[in-house]
Amino acid sequence: MAAINLTVNGKLYKIVADPKMPLLWAIRDLVKLTGTKYGCGIARCGACTVHLNGAPVRSCSLPVSSAANQKITTIEGLSTDNSHVVQQAWIKEQVPQCGYCQSGQMMAAAALLKGNPHPGDKEIDAAMQGHICRCGTYVRIRKAIKTAAEMMASPTTAAAATNAGLAPK
Amino acid sequence: MNSVKNLSRRKFITLSSMSGTAFTLGFYFPAVAKGISKILSVQNADEKGIELTSWISIDKSGTVTLVNHRSEMGQGSFQAVPQIIAEELEVDLNKVKIVFAPGNSKKFGSQITGGSSTVRDSYKNLLRTGATAREMLIAAAAKKWNVPATECYAEKGMVIHRPSGKKADYGTLVEEASKLPVPNQVFLKERKDYKIIGQPLPRQDTPLKTNGSAEFGLDKKLPGMLYALVERNPRFLGKVKSFDDTMAKAVPGVKNIFKVEMPVFSFKREGVVVVAESLWAAMQGRKALKVEWDDEGFEHLSTDQLYSRMREDLQKPGLSQRTGGNFEDRFQKAGKKLEAIYETPYESHSCMEPLNCIANVEGDKCEVWGPIQGPDWIQSDISERLKIPLENVSVNMTFLGGGFGRKAFTDYTMEAVLISKQIKAPVQVVWTREDDMTQGPFRPGAVYQCRGGINNDRINALQVKMAAQDMDHQWPGADKTNFNGSNTEGLAEAYLESIPHYSFSDVPTESPIPVMWWRSVYSSTNGFAFESFIDELAHVAEKDPLEFRRSHLGGERYQAIIDKLQEKTGWKTRSKNDGWGVAITECFKTIVGEAVKVSRKADGKLSVDKVVAVMDCGWYVNPDIIKAQIEGSIVMALGAAITHETHFTDGKAVEKNFDTYLMPRISDIPEMDIHIMDNDEKPGGAGEPALPPFAPALCNAIFDLTGKRIRKLPFKLAEI
Repeated sequence: MAAINLTVNGKLYKIVADPKMPLLWAIRDLVKLTGTKYGCGIARCGACTVHLNGAPVRSCSLPVSSAANQKITTIEGLSTDNSHVVQQAWIKEQVPQCGYCQSGQMMAAAALLKGNPHPGDKEIDAAMQGHICRCGTYVRIRKAIKTAAEMMASPTTAAAATNAGLAPK
Repeated sequence: MNSVKNLSRRKFITLSSMSGTAFTLGFYFPAVAKGISKILSVQNADEKGIELTSWISIDKSGTVTLVNHRSEMGQGSFQAVPQIIAEELEVDLNKVKIVFAPGNSKKFGSQITGGSSTVRDSYKNLLRTGATAREMLIAAAAKKWNVPATECYAEKGMVIHRPSGKKADYGTLVEEASKLPVPNQVFLKERKDYKIIGQPLPRQDTPLKTNGSAEFGLDKKLPGMLYALVERNPRFLGKVKSFDDTMAKAVPGVKNIFKVEMPVFSFKREGVVVVAESLWAAMQGRKALKVEWDDEGFEHLSTDQLYSRMREDLQKPGLSQRTGGNFEDRFQKAGKKLEAIYETPYESHSCMEPLNCIANVEGDKCEVWGPIQGPDWIQSDISERLKIPLENVSVNMTFLGGGFGRKAFTDYTMEAVLISKQIKAPVQVVWTREDDMTQGPFRPGAVYQCRGGINNDRINALQVKMAAQDMDHQWPGADKTNFNGSNTEGLAEAYLESIPHYSFSDVPTESPIPVMWWRSVYSSTNGFAFESFIDELAHVAEKDPLEFRRSHLGGERYQAIIDKLQEKTGWKTRSKNDGWGVAITECFKTIVGEAVKVSRKADGKLSVDKVVAVMDCGWYVNPDIIKAQIEGSIVMALGAAITHETHFTDGKAVEKNFDTYLMPRISDIPEMDIHIMDNDEKPGGAGEPALPPFAPALCNAIFDLTGKRIRKLPFKLAEI
């Protein structure tokens, strides 16, 4: 066991954990943010995706010690009031069915849009290929990413995008 | 308007004893509450000790709470059930609170969320419940204003007096309304007057699922709750011989280790449970555990052996099921004949949320929480096995991270209950992905023998024989001389009107592998055999496959679906460079036609470009949710057709996780063009019926493009 400092969604959490425990379980069971999901444990489904210093990572396969003192963002960190442009697009396109994989899907989409505000189908495929949705919401995921891109480009929602740290650099 | 004079099975009554609630309305089941057939006042109900449902509750501030009695696993009951009630109640759907009902079949009727039944089983009672509450609120307002009730109407949670324009919020009327007699006649709105039903209203659960706040089973925590993982014998009938827990007990946080057995149909699944203070500790403890299995005395089956057995079983006559005319005679005399064998695979449900369940057994009381599809079944199962009264068992549904039939079973909940009973503490039993994917129950694979005879360009004789495990034969004391009615599931029933000589039968194949409902159940495999073979017969008859179906599927509903498919595919002017295939199936009283387009890309690879899907599910509630269900059904069918299969070797499942059980990914998904028919037919299912026609339509398209007939699923697209 080791004392580890985790910065999740801008807040510092001092936890005591087995250093090799995957970040996923630290987030869910110690930080107690349960929006990040367990799906496979081997980085094949994407349900556990969070951002580490802005980049999407599979928290089920990352030891918690390697995330210490770094910037971690979970689905709750996009926003809790659904104001983030990806959340808005997901609601507009009515993407979720069971919803279990969607936290991971949205974290991947948010990271994609941050680096590429106008992704085409090929870029969407590349960014989202690691994410399984058993309900089969893929058609709507694709549409919602494009909707989010449009929202970011439109003057009325650009401010929201800037606030969410999504505006093109 | 439709007058509802007699509520044949259920009677309305009111109840005002719920804390903080002035008005509650629902219905009860006279069949259960024996000897009481009259409509009761609150006092009467209390005197007779009847438990009432509470579908609608309105408090004095006007807050309306509607109940969803079915589980929400993505299919949209959380939206559809309240949407029906709200229509007749005249309230704004985004101003109501929706809550899950606890498991209680006395109060809510069957809650097993399967067979695409939520809307089609419940809609009439839900409409009447809403309408009855509305009428009572109107009556209360009329009484208050001393005006005739006929001069009043309800809108957006208010009663309005038409001549004077006076308005009263429901909240100000509930106290009076709750004292009024329940009308024994209410009027239901006509469909043309619907404001909520039929609208693609956004789902109420969406915002909970986009910010991580929706509570799934794995997210639920109780104070003092322990965590458990179970190392189960990987062989289906295997037992525990012995175990060494020395190392496991040394893991910090591990509290108890003992043998558990979980009833699965007529056998017991054995394992060793590790209970710990945290999930991580339980995981480490399980890793350190050494178990020796007892694998003697039962068959260690492999996929090859199993399918050989099914093919051999096809030589048996089968249990006669549905016959008409004289198949054998007419088949022998047919002008053109065809025989074909089709094979479909075993599949894992692989819900994105692996199985889990919290149980807390305290003395003769038991409470469970989890992703549960059959709360009332689980309630009675626990009551029977623990021998405690039904009312001492509470079953709570969380959101489900997928269900597809798997979470309608009682094995995982009972295992958690037995563990809690032993440790005398609340415990969450968590299944890893590997546990979830290897233990079953699985969708049974099936092998079909089809024979058909053509005379004068039409099917004169048709036989379909199925060899497969019979789900009903797994129960203790099952009558294995009977068929379970599964062989014609998925068949477009109108074929039986036009084919004069037919025979459908099934041969139950014996196997130790546990099998269970998987989205669309037997239709998920039957549909492939039926609609592939019909397509083959069309080619034998040298007829266009869509026109061949048109000439065999009489009745307006089928003809309208065929018209729509023809129009939306541009069937008559389709390019010769594309392959188009069609299939039409019927499942849970809903008919679906799908047409798939495939093409050969410049790199030589075959591509699934597009699906046109047309669903006729009769009266429907929310077209956007239905559309989503069709999209999802197509994706799930695509997976079972071309990306995944569960194999068995040496009595164990081979595929353990998503590295070998390969799921469709975003780049595999074709364009979808989806249509829902508008008509006045009774509601059919919506969550499953779009799955069965996809695989045959895809294979028929591949035949159209390449001339290669696929008779075995899954197949690799890259190898075509």
